[in-house]
Amino acid sequence: MTTQLNPKFTFETFVVGAANRLAVTAARTVAESPGSAYNPLFIYSGSGLGKTHLLMAIGASAKRLAPGLNVEYLTLDEWVEAFHAAIAAGQGDAFRRRFQTVDVLLVDDVQFLTNRREMQTELLRLSEALQTAGRQIVLTSDRPPAEIAALDERLISRFSGGLVVDIGMPDYETRVAILRRKAEERGAEFPPGVLETVAAAEFANVRELMGVLNRLVAYSAVNEAPLTSESTQALLGLEQRTAATSGKSADGSSERIVSPDEFAAFLTDVTATVGKAVEAWRARIAEAILRWEGEGYRTRRLESLLEQETPVAPDEEIANFAKDVERLRALEAEVQQFDPQAAGQSVFRDPERLAEAEEAASRVRAGAAPPPAPSPALPFSTFAVGASNQLAVNVAREVLEEPGRRYNPLVLIGKSGVGKSHLLNALGLELAQHPGSIVACLSTQTFIDELIIAIDGNRMEWWRARYRRATALLLDDIHLLGGKDRTQEELFNLFNLFQDLERQLVFTSPAHPKTLPGIEQRIVSRLEGGLVVELVEPDRDVRRSVIRRTLWAQDVPEDPALIDYLADRPVDSVRSLAGLLQRVVSAAAGQDVPVSAGLAREVLEGGTAAERRRTVGFRTSGIVVSSAGGVRSREKVVWDWAAPSDRLIEDLR
Amino acid sequence: MSLVNFTTREITCKIVYYGPGRSGKTTNLHYIYGRVPESRRGRMVSLATQTDRTLFFDFLPIDLGQISGFTTRFQLYTVPGQVYYNATRRLVLQGADGVVFVADSQARQLDENLESLQNLQANLLEHGVDIRGLPVVMQYNKQDLPRELILQLLELDDALNFRGVPSFPADALHGNGVFETLKAITELVLRRLAQGAPA
Repeated sequence: MTTQLNPKFTFETFVVGAANRLAVTAARTVAESPGSAYNPLFIYSGSGLGKTHLLMAIGASAKRLAPGLNVEYLTLDEWVEAFHAAIAAGQGDAFRRRFQTVDVLLVDDVQFLTNRREMQTELLRLSEALQTAGRQIVLTSDRPPAEIAALDERLISRFSGGLVVDIGMPDYETRVAILRRKAEERGAEFPPGVLETVAAAEFANVRELMGVLNRLVAYSAVNEAPLTSESTQALLGLEQRTAATSGKSADGSSERIVSPDEFAAFLTDVTATVGKAVEAWRARIAEAILRWEGEGYRTRRLESLLEQETPVAPDEEIANFAKDVERLRALEAEVQQFDPQAAGQSVFRDPERLAEAEEAASRVRAGAAPPPAPSPALPFSTFAVGASNQLAVNVAREVLEEPGRRYNPLVLIGKSGVGKSHLLNALGLELAQHPGSIVACLSTQTFIDELIIAIDGNRMEWWRARYRRATALLLDDIHLLGGKDRTQEELFNLFNLFQDLERQLVFTSPAHPKTLPGIEQRIVSRLEGGLVVELVEPDRDVRRSVIRRTLWAQDVPEDPALIDYLADRPVDSVRSLAGLLQRVVSAAAGQDVPVSAGLAREVLEGGTAAERRRTVGFRTSGIVVSSAGGVRSREKVVWDWAAPSDRLIEDLR
Repeated sequence: MSLVNFTTREITCKIVYYGPGRSGKTTNLHYIYGRVPESRRGRMVSLATQTDRTLFFDFLPIDLGQISGFTTRFQLYTVPGQVYYNATRRLVLQGADGVVFVADSQARQLDENLESLQNLQANLLEHGVDIRGLPVVMQYNKQDLPRELILQLLELDDALNFRGVPSFPADALHGNGVFETLKAITELVLRRLAQGAPA
């Protein structure tokens, strides 16, 4: 149904002159960036002045620049016919769908919409759909939209909402250029003056001009004598076109037939030339305005230049304008990263308000805090490695070698206090070493809290942008997501983004993701899609190195017996081991005796219920809350308390 | 040479009709004079001898009025063709923005044409102007004469137009080619202005 584009109708074969420069510029812009500049583009002109040529040139050029584009050219009549055929076949919807996927729709001769209400409605619907989807429409007509009889007001306003340009009759020079080019295309050569004679005649349009050229080509093919300016005039019957006034020349003879007003014709030509010469700057500014306006920038500054009588370095002004636009673009792109909502502000589209834009950008820059970073207190170097966590550490090292590629996401699971958070932060710190990296490392609780604040402050985009900037996302205690549907939704989106961009994701969880309550299946499956690695209760090696390091940090002299004793204590995590140590060290300080194996035994075994192993519940890295309720992590609670005597005095006061 | 004055918004072009004696320079101006409405033309000054030979020069000012906000004036001059008026020719040539070389198409005048062309080049050089940089068009006048007396356009082009400037056949007496020539030279002059005249 769709007409093939005529390969001869390209921008290269279109002769540009003053009368069509605007239309050609607009057409080129549209072909270069369909859907973004003038949408719809409405070109009108009398018959035979190049509408169809330009329309097909847009199609050809757009197709050449982006071969994947779906470009359709058809005349309104073809469209109507196809539509009726589709309706008759009961395929109306299929027909509509087909056109809604066209990237560049070129419709010729829309003036035939006159008195076709049903087609007008159809076109209105189609153009709405296409425009909404950012697809380009170009229409041509032999008259402006408002003059198409009985055309729906909504269509008029829609057409006028894009760009409406006309193509005028080419001036003499353009006519000569067209004739020369066409003659050249046909391999025909004419003596000087012949084509000029044709161009000087007043033909209504270019098509007529082509007809004349055809006659000349045919004539010179059968006649030996070369054409001259005079014989051309005779051949084309041009004498009749010019009023026969006798030339009143010096000697009073009247042999020559001249145009009625040679001087007037001369004046017209000179006017055109002078116009081009002294007003060339106007054309350049107009082109610049057209271009920048098409890209959505305010061009008031350039427009005010046109109002001036004398040019004040117009090229410099254009260059400055372009420079300012570049700056605005850079600012907008920068702001876009931090806060997409702010990037949409009109201030980034107005070079006259560049200073304001700079200010707005710096405000956004200042407000855009990077996402929470990993804790520097938990580096890799202090992470005790043993058989119990060897696998996890190895995996972590591999992740560091190729972040985002090898194990993405990496899920560290294990009971409380086995070092998940430490490993997570250590990983984050290492990842942050990469130049240009932004590592977001935080607890899931903080993540949720931030999100709530963002929703409350209507700063969702800002919040999202903040995390989208990150090159790695590390979330501690992922099980807290349970039941937080909105957070899961946001995380899901981030998840996909990070995976697409090969950015590393690391999570910790007290249990395998699939056993966590309240987590959506789509997140669970994604978590399982990477690598889930478990850290188990610390082995003796780990315990020994933790004990050694802790004692060393507290300036306790190393005592092998003490270390052996402590390392053999039944503990389920590094954290409870540290708790035991802390109790022994505090007791030693309180009794003012050195830390020894004996003291440790006394402190740790002297107690009764103290050593009861706590039931395991899901917990965060802070105070432990068991699923059964109540604080169970006695190690954290008891030993920091002051001596009872001090407390009593306090109470009595 | 201030062709375009953006401050006073004036364009003034000085165009000189050059060529050998009796080639039809004054006839060109007369024809133009006859075609320009009275309101647009100044008085044509013609200093001629009793036998109608230009003694000094002809001067025809044409006021084209406001074009794109510019008051546009053309000043058309002719030079005396005879060899012994060279000082006058040189004077008239001073500050010319463009030259129309009016050649006599008659075969027997070819040498005179060539001599005048050389003279033009020499006189321009005296003013420090290279003819290659100046807008020049050729007019082959008297094409209305019997064919056996005149040279054909190609022959004239071969003999005179070695720089390949625009050339026009003309019959200045009857006006053929007169305005075409004028149009061509003004266009060249004005286009040159667009390319880099002092703004």
